[in-house]
This record gives sequence, structure tokens and C-alpha cells, in this order.
Amino acid sequence: MPFIPHTPADEQAMLEQIGVDSIAALFAEIPAELRVDGPPPLVPGAGRDSWNEGALPPAASGEAMSEMAMLRWMGERAERDAGLACFAGAGCYDHHVPAAVWDIAGRGEFMTAYTPYQAEASQGTLQLVFEYQTMMCELTAMDASNASVYDGASGLAEAILMAVRKVARKTGPRRVLMAETLHPHYRDAARNIVANQGVEIETLPMAQGRCDLRRLPDDGAVAAVVLQQPNFFGLLEDADRLTDWAKGQGAAVIGVVNPLTLAVLKPPGQWGDAGADIACGDGQPLGAPMSSGGPSFGFICAKSAFTRQLPGRIIGQTEDASGRIGYSLTLQAREQHIRRGKATSNICTNQGLLVTAGAVHMALMGSKGLAAAACASRANTLRLVERLCAIEGVRPLFPGPFFHECALALPKPAGEVLDALLDHGILGGVSLARHFPALGDALLVCATEKRSAEEIDAYGQALAAVIAE
Amino acid sequence: MSTIFDLSQPGRNAAAQCARSDGAALAGLPEAALRTAPPALPEVSELQAVRHYTNLSAKNFAIDRQFYPLGSCTMKYNPRGAHRAASLPGFLDRHPLAPERASQGFMGCLFALQELLKEVTGMAAVSLTPMAGAQGEFAGVAMIRAYHRARGDLERREILTPDAAHGTNPATAVMCGYTVREVAVDGNGDVDLDALKAAVGPQTAGLMMTNPSTCGVFERQAVQIAQVVHDAGGLLYYDGANLNAILGKVRPADMGFDVLHLNLHKTFATPHGGGGPGAGPVGVGERLLPHLPVPFVARGEDGYRWLTEDDVPGTIGRLSAFAGNAGILLRALAYALMLGRAGMDRVSDFAVLNAAYLAARLKAAGFELAYPNRAATHEFILTLAAEAKAHGVSAMDVAKRLLDFGVHAPTTYFPLLVPECFLIEPTETECREELDRFVEAMATIAEEAQRDPEHLRTAPHSLPVGRLDDVKAARNLKLRWTPPG
Repeated sequence: MPFIPHTPADEQAMLEQIGVDSIAALFAEIPAELRVDGPPPLVPGAGRDSWNEGALPPAASGEAMSEMAMLRWMGERAERDAGLACFAGAGCYDHHVPAAVWDIAGRGEFMTAYTPYQAEASQGTLQLVFEYQTMMCELTAMDASNASVYDGASGLAEAILMAVRKVARKTGPRRVLMAETLHPHYRDAARNIVANQGVEIETLPMAQGRCDLRRLPDDGAVAAVVLQQPNFFGLLEDADRLTDWAKGQGAAVIGVVNPLTLAVLKPPGQWGDAGADIACGDGQPLGAPMSSGGPSFGFICAKSAFTRQLPGRIIGQTEDASGRIGYSLTLQAREQHIRRGKATSNICTNQGLLVTAGAVHMALMGSKGLAAAACASRANTLRLVERLCAIEGVRPLFPGPFFHECALALPKPAGEVLDALLDHGILGGVSLARHFPALGDALLVCATEKRSAEEIDAYGQALAAVIAE
Repeated sequence: MSTIFDLSQPGRNAAAQCARSDGAALAGLPEAALRTAPPALPEVSELQAVRHYTNLSAKNFAIDRQFYPLGSCTMKYNPRGAHRAASLPGFLDRHPLAPERASQGFMGCLFALQELLKEVTGMAAVSLTPMAGAQGEFAGVAMIRAYHRARGDLERREILTPDAAHGTNPATAVMCGYTVREVAVDGNGDVDLDALKAAVGPQTAGLMMTNPSTCGVFERQAVQIAQVVHDAGGLLYYDGANLNAILGKVRPADMGFDVLHLNLHKTFATPHGGGGPGAGPVGVGERLLPHLPVPFVARGEDGYRWLTEDDVPGTIGRLSAFAGNAGILLRALAYALMLGRAGMDRVSDFAVLNAAYLAARLKAAGFELAYPNRAATHEFILTLAAEAKAHGVSAMDVAKRLLDFGVHAPTTYFPLLVPECFLIEPTETECREELDRFVEAMATIAEEAQRDPEHLRTAPHSLPVGRLDDVKAARNLKLRWTPPG
């Protein structure tokens, strides 16, 4: 029996100890009418045609697959999607991850532990997360970090709720201005998550791919302003000026940031005169493979005035009776397992293992390594943009400096171009057609430090051929 | 133990990890956008980092090292084969926004998992995007809200939960804009049906519950409860935290549930990772189909495709940047493939056998079961109230002392309505000898409680640190390392 160690003798002896004569008798309290009548076809759907026929594993009959057979079956599927040179970013990036990162994060001691409720038996995870919190405070120039949330987009929702609780309290305006230049999936997810708590979300409009500084409202009735730096198009916002304006309106400032870029870009805690209040984003560029967008981890860091609004786990340093330093979950009175309906969030499980990878990644890279990866990615993207814009009809969509992503205008629909590029072994970027139809035929591209000069040139040749077709 | 920051020396770094680049790459960026001083991250060699974190790992209890009978958490073995499958380069290197044509392998896996979860729960459709149980709960309650709203039924402002429910249930209801009313559980661990009948009404949006309940017993009146809530116009939410007890035997849909989430990091053996990542797919009956969170996978004539807001206009929308914790979903599929259909039945068979055996042996050793007249499910509750009264040792003291025996403590003080309780869930992957060792440890501790209760009150004695001062942690908040002096 897969993963079940019982011998027939074990089973017999255990039933005797319990005082029943069969395992079935252990389920006697379940009303008969609720029990599944005989095993229905399950893995994967024998006897039904709803399931992937033609590509069925031996388990179609409902039989277990050996590990070897399972790996072959999954391997065929993994292989089918493999082999593209990735020039897509848009919130998920193909960065190098040092080999040691997942050798350590994959250790059973980290990977198969639970949330560290029993602090004395979890000092490994607890100290590591304490170190992670320190690193994130350094990167963002904030006072406190939590132990992670699910991802950048859902983390933004939590940040908005933090700001509204603190700034609007019970009677103030629950209005939040969100930059149009924010990742559209972040906008959607945040809106969906805060939708039922009476938060009004409005869009801060853009001009030429950046927040329009000429159209900033000044009615003072705003609880929070959300900016992304670099923004969805890879462009740099005037974060100082936007922060000063927002603070002048009495709003909290939430900065959505890419943690890798913070090795070289001004951290949100230092934006403008007073700094942003909350920094959040996705930790994927810190040690997580792209893995179809998950798992990565969301981070939330805040100025101390907002610490008690943070959702989820926070680790604090303490000591034992003999004065030895140790770490434990703290400020738990914010959390659902203590506070139930009055908690700051319903979050329980977070993304602990990805934080483990993230902390090891940051320790190995150091600020120098992170800056090098960020700079090399920018250099590659500059090279890519130069190469692609040498093609007739291709040009940067917006003026102004970008970091390591760039929106390009194309002479053909981006979807068609991306499809044709697949035949050249290239994932050419992300089409902007769905979320920004007004921008015409446009493509968001990114070349991380992993893209070679040859790959960048191959992209140029392929794009030229596709456009000429 | 030193922190990584204590090991740091200015100017040191893991040079092999530095991409070739020069500062010129920043030319053209406005000065005001740049950082003036680098972040003070550790400056250590690769060996220092590897050794530091490897040594830290040794300070963790984990399933790979210890028996971990943490009730309601289903700490079963996490098959390495599933980890290997999800770590195949083709899966790790796939960009989330790759076109469908270049994603058929991955999407085929998700579709397979959707279908499999439909069958095992009896639901009409499944969306895999929620990234943990609590996000699954959020999705479920948000769908309940969308359903009532779509019908113009705007007066339903209340979600019911049994008072023994997980804290995430009321917290979720509040996040979805509802108020929460708790319904009492009776002395046998069943919902008090009369209290439920008195609580429902035109204000009832729905009821959230687990089955088996958090009391570790099967809720025998599941069908009647569904009837009461449905008659009042509410919907039923199934919290899948305890599905391991009935996997393959009872389908939540047959108990009358309209919507549910599964914890793949429990029932489907994906690793807990020291606090995640998990995955909390949601399943729905016909009524909530129009509101499922996007994206999810459909199979068409020419392959798999994503269904998004355009295809599902009534959706509660997306809840994350991409499509959830894909890597966890792949692990769950790999596990399910290795179990096969019959393996699913055996999961609940042996999860319940192990719990019932442990309960019987502990009872024989003199411990008090909280629900002695009920059959154990995949977990059961001990109450240590008698020991607390007789010897002044709390359930927490016993829990801390257990750590010295190389056993992770069970869940303590949950559910709140049982005094000084242990919620114990051994799971099906533990062998009998391991269960016996646990009983012996508990018996030894009970004997110590009589002879030397102080030894329990000051436990643990053999771990890297002694009992930590949680009050101090909260009072003198220190949430980050700072340089000494």
C-alpha cells in the first residue's frame, strides 16, 4: 500500500486493541446513505470519457502508479512545455537561482516542518524567518516585516486593508487610489479581495505609461494611494513627488516593489520627505523558480506605526529562563487562531518554504550579488530593446527610462507575433492587448541576466522574420 | 546560535553568485530614483551561508525527523517522488503567462487534478487557484455572497459557524463582509440542532463547517443540518481541513454541501514547508458554478484552454497574480497518481485505524478522552484537566515535555471548548511502533507529573533553548536583528 506501513499482523493487533473486528467497523457512525457505494472511478476517470483520453496513464483503471511510472507520465507533460527562451516578465522573472538555495530549502528539516507553533522545536525556521524579516526591512527601508503572505497581488489586498484600518478607522473615507500603471492582475486581485469590506477603489490615471502628475486629486478624502515602482511597463515613476502629494492628502502610501530592483533603486521607506508607509510585492525574484507563477511569496513591510496592522505570522526575539536567545511567533493577538472574527486577516498558512529559499538567496547574493543581477538584467533588456527596435515598425511604446522591462509597439497584433515566435523557440513577452487595448499592438519584454547575447540576437532575427511574413 | 548577520564581514561575498555587470547599466536612470546606500544584507561566503542554514535546519522538528501528531494539520509523509515531479525543469521553467499552445503539458496536469478532485468530492466543478485553505475559504464565502447578490437577495448578512470551528472560518466571514454567529456544539461533539434551528433565518447567508468536526468526531446529523440551512435559504460551506478521515468514503456533495475547499497540504501530502505554501482548491455544486474564481482549465476540441473573466462573467475573479500555487498542485497530482483509486480509500482506512488505536491505548494507559462515547475519526481529543487539577501541570507543560521525547506535541488548547486538551492526529503513514512509542512517552510523562511536576513546568530540557518567554517577545518587540551596541 503506497505510503502506508501496516502489515496484516499490525492491522490485526491494532483492531484487537481497539476491540473491533474490521476497519469498516471504525466507520460505523457514518450514516450508510452517505457512504460512497463501491469505489467510483477516480484516478483518472476510468470508465468516463471526461478525462484526457489518449494520454491516459496506466492508472486509468484506478490502479496506483509506481513512482517511476508517475515520473514518466509527469515527465512527458513537463517536457512538452519545455525549451523556450523566456523574454517574458510582467511579475514573474527568469533569474538565476544559486544551486545552494534549493539544496537547503529542500532539506526535510525545513520542507516537512509545520508552522512553528512549538517554538522550542522550531528554532531553525524561526531564526531563519527572523533573519528574513531583517533582510526585508533593509531592502525596503521599513521598520517591520511579516513572515510572508501568499503572493504579491493578494499581499497588496492585505496592505490596502491595513492602510484603511489605520487611516480611515471607523468613520474616515475608505477610498483608495490605485495607479493605472500597476500590474493589472494585482489591481484585479486586490479589488476582488477587498470588495466586500466597503473599500472604494479608484484609478489614478496614467499619461505616457506613468502616473499623470497633472491629474492628481486634491480633495484630501483618500485613505491610501498605491504605486508600483518600477511600474507594470518597467518605467520609473516619480515616487518622491507622488509620495509627497499623497501624504499631503492625509493618505497612507503603499509601494508595490520588485525586491531585486531595491538593491539599486531607492527603497520605498525613503520615497519623498516622509517615505511610504507600507511596502509590498512578490518575492519571486529572490530564489523562486517561475513555476507557472507559484509558489512564490508575498512580502509586506511597514513603518512601525503600522506594525500591529500586519496580517499573518511575525517572529520576535525573546529568551528562555536561563537567558538564552530564542525566537517565537509574536503579536499573535492579531491572528485568526486567537482573535477569530476580529483578526487582521484570515491568513493562516503562508509561503514559509519560499521565504526559506528567499532568505538563503539573499544571504548568498548579498547586496552586491542582487545589484549585479539587477544591473545585468537591465543591461540585457537595453540590448534587447535596441536590437528589436532596429526592426522596421518596432519602437518603444513610451518615452522615459525603464528598468528591466519595456513595452514595445509592434506593427502586427502581439498575440499573432507571440504565437509565431513559439515556432522559433522563443517566448517573446506578454501581450498588452487584453488589459490595455487602447495602447494598440503592444508587447512587454524583459531580458534577465540569464539571457545570452546569442538568445537576444536570435530573438531579433526571429521577430524580423515574423514581422516580414 | 549566531545570526547570519553576526557572521558578516565587510567586503566578503559569494563571488560565484555575482552576474557580470557594471554600474554603467544604471546610466540613464534619474539620480533621484536610485539608492544612495546599499541595503545591509549579510556579507558572507557561500560556505558560511550553507553551513549556517544547514545548522539551523537541525533545530527543527519535521516529519522527516519526528512523529508529528498535530491535530487538524495532517502531518503525513510527503513523498519525495511528488517533490521530484514538481521539480522537473519543464515545470519549474514555465512562465505563468506562456501561451496556451506552449502550455498543454502543464494545463493537462491541472485539468487532471480538477477532474480528480471533482470525483473525490462529488462537486460539479473545481478551481485550483486559492493558495491556501484560508484563501479557499475566502473564495467559497465570496461565492456564497455573489450567489445571493445575483439573485437580488441582499438581506443575508450572517454566516453561521459551530463554536468549535477553526479561527479561519469566522475571520474569513468577516473578510467577506459578513457578521458571524456561532452555534453551540453539544456534549457529544455534534452541532446542537435546536440551537441551529433557532439561529437560521432570512439573514442567514450560509453555514461553514468541517466534517469530521474539530471535535474529532463525525457529525452524524450532517444531512439534517444541510436541510435546516437550505430551508432557510442559506448555503453550506465545507472546510476540507479534516477530509483525510473520509477520503474516498464520503463525498461532501452527498452531505449537502454547496461549496468546499480542500487543503492539498494536508490530505494530498504536499509538504507544509514550515508554514506553507499550501493550496486550497475550491469545488462547487451547480448553483455556484457561475461564480468560480478564475483562471481554471477547460478542455476543448483542440486542447486545453484557460477560462478567465471573459468566459465566466459572474466569477468572483482572480485572487492572485497568476494561477495559484502551481508547484503544490503538481505535487498533489503526483501523490494522487501514486495512490490510485483504492489508495484513496486506504488513506482514510488507516488514518482512522491509527487514531482509534492510539485513542484506545491512551485510554488504557489512564488518559481521559474528551468524547469517550464517540468513535475516533482521523483524530481525537484528550483532556488533561484531571492531571492539571491533581498536579498543577497544564496541557502546555505536557506538550513541552513531549518534545524532550523526540515527539512533536499534538495541537493544544484547540478546540477551545475542551479544557486542557490535546488534539491528536497520527495520520496513516505512521507505523504501529511509532504510535506505541508515543503512548510510552505519554505514560512516562504522566508518571513524572505525579513525582516531579516542576520538571514538566520547566520543560523542554533537551532542546537548543528552554521554554521561551512569549510575553517578553510581545512586550519588548524585537522583530529584526540590529547591530550590537
